[in-house]
Amino acid sequence: MNAIEFSAQEISKHFNRHQIFENINFTLSFFSTSTTSNSLAIIGNNGAGKSTLIKILAGILSPTKGNVAFSINAENIPIKFFHQHIGFVAPYLQLYDEFSGLENLLLFGKIRQLEKSFPLRAEKLLEQFNLSNAKNSLVRIYSSGMKQRLKYCAALLHQPEILLLDEPTITLDEEGREIVYEVMNEQRKKGLLVVATNEKEDIVGIEKIIELGKG
Amino acid sequence: MKTLLIPAYYVFFKDTVSEFRTRYAFNALLLFVVTTISITLFAFGGDTVSSHVLAGIFWIIVFFSAMSGLSRTFVSEEERGTSVTLQLLTNATSVYLGKLVFNIVLIFFLTCIIAVLYQILVKDFVVQSYGIFWLTLFLGSIGLASASTILAAIIAKANTKGTLYPVVSFPILLPLLLTLINATRLAMEGAFFKEAVTDMQVLISYPIVLITVSLLFFEIVWKE
Repeated sequence: MNAIEFSAQEISKHFNRHQIFENINFTLSFFSTSTTSNSLAIIGNNGAGKSTLIKILAGILSPTKGNVAFSINAENIPIKFFHQHIGFVAPYLQLYDEFSGLENLLLFGKIRQLEKSFPLRAEKLLEQFNLSNAKNSLVRIYSSGMKQRLKYCAALLHQPEILLLDEPTITLDEEGREIVYEVMNEQRKKGLLVVATNEKEDIVGIEKIIELGKG
Repeated sequence: MKTLLIPAYYVFFKDTVSEFRTRYAFNALLLFVVTTISITLFAFGGDTVSSHVLAGIFWIIVFFSAMSGLSRTFVSEEERGTSVTLQLLTNATSVYLGKLVFNIVLIFFLTCIIAVLYQILVKDFVVQSYGIFWLTLFLGSIGLASASTILAAIIAKANTKGTLYPVVSFPILLPLLLTLINATRLAMEGAFFKEAVTDMQVLISYPIVLITVSLLFFEIVWKE
């Protein structure tokens, strides 16, 4: 991983006639030799469009206008392949309740066609997020905080170049928050980080800030 | 090709394991089958019914049973909020292929159960050309699954999922159902295979057209 560039060019989103935001522009870049401008915080009141914008950046929603560009080592990544390089955590993203935590991660690794050693990484992530004891329990019986931790394991399993976090610490306890902040710091050392939040603690150390719904 | 088929296999695997654990679609389908066959039997009483009517009722049972269960593949992903997860895991084509195969297996299994029950319980439903009959069931299952998979993906995004599905499906499935009824009637009347060739051609070409169109449009349906 040497050079990663991720940019939004004049992104606007309307739902029918209702305008959510207009002309959002930014560029994030990561080079192995320097780590400047590789993190972005999206802030704004409820309904300002933070989640909509982060979904557009993840490639799961189309903008009404503008486009998102993503390249690795100057090679453009088409939007339909964004999922291979993006780790995404959000309250509206759900895991499969009828599978255990470990089964979810193993299934995701197989669907993503990860290298053979990925089950070991899944175990390590579960340990990092203090879920080892519950790894064989069905997700149905997980608390909301445990589910949030498992979402991080799923998002980090394929070692994504970009980590997109929507409300990153929602439902987490103090210990969970500390682990997430550690993950965010680690991500900034090896790739790009985008966080949509209203919590001031979540955006400490983040270089760029976009405030939605202002003016 | 491998990048499409391996994720598609695991999407199919996930749906199959999920179905075994929750039995959501299968229970709904089975309940519908038992209810409709029972009502049909009461309605027939002791009367003799023509092969055309019996074949028609057979496919009506299959159609409405399929409608009550096949949409679950996409509707449950949407309702549980896992469709975003799936979108972030793999490409749209793999999701479509995995769901399509799951629906084909489910509907074929269901059609076999209906066929066996129908033959046991309905005394006038006597099949004479088993080759035509089972080929019709197999191709009919693929045809029903190919139409209902893409329609399920479309209606999963709508607010009125339950009622919309059979309404939208009916005009698209009508040519298929008419052909299936005719082929089943021929099987009951002991026709030779050459007499059913035209029907078989329709049953083969119908899913080819539907699956090709679905592969072209699924990504738009899935992402928005």
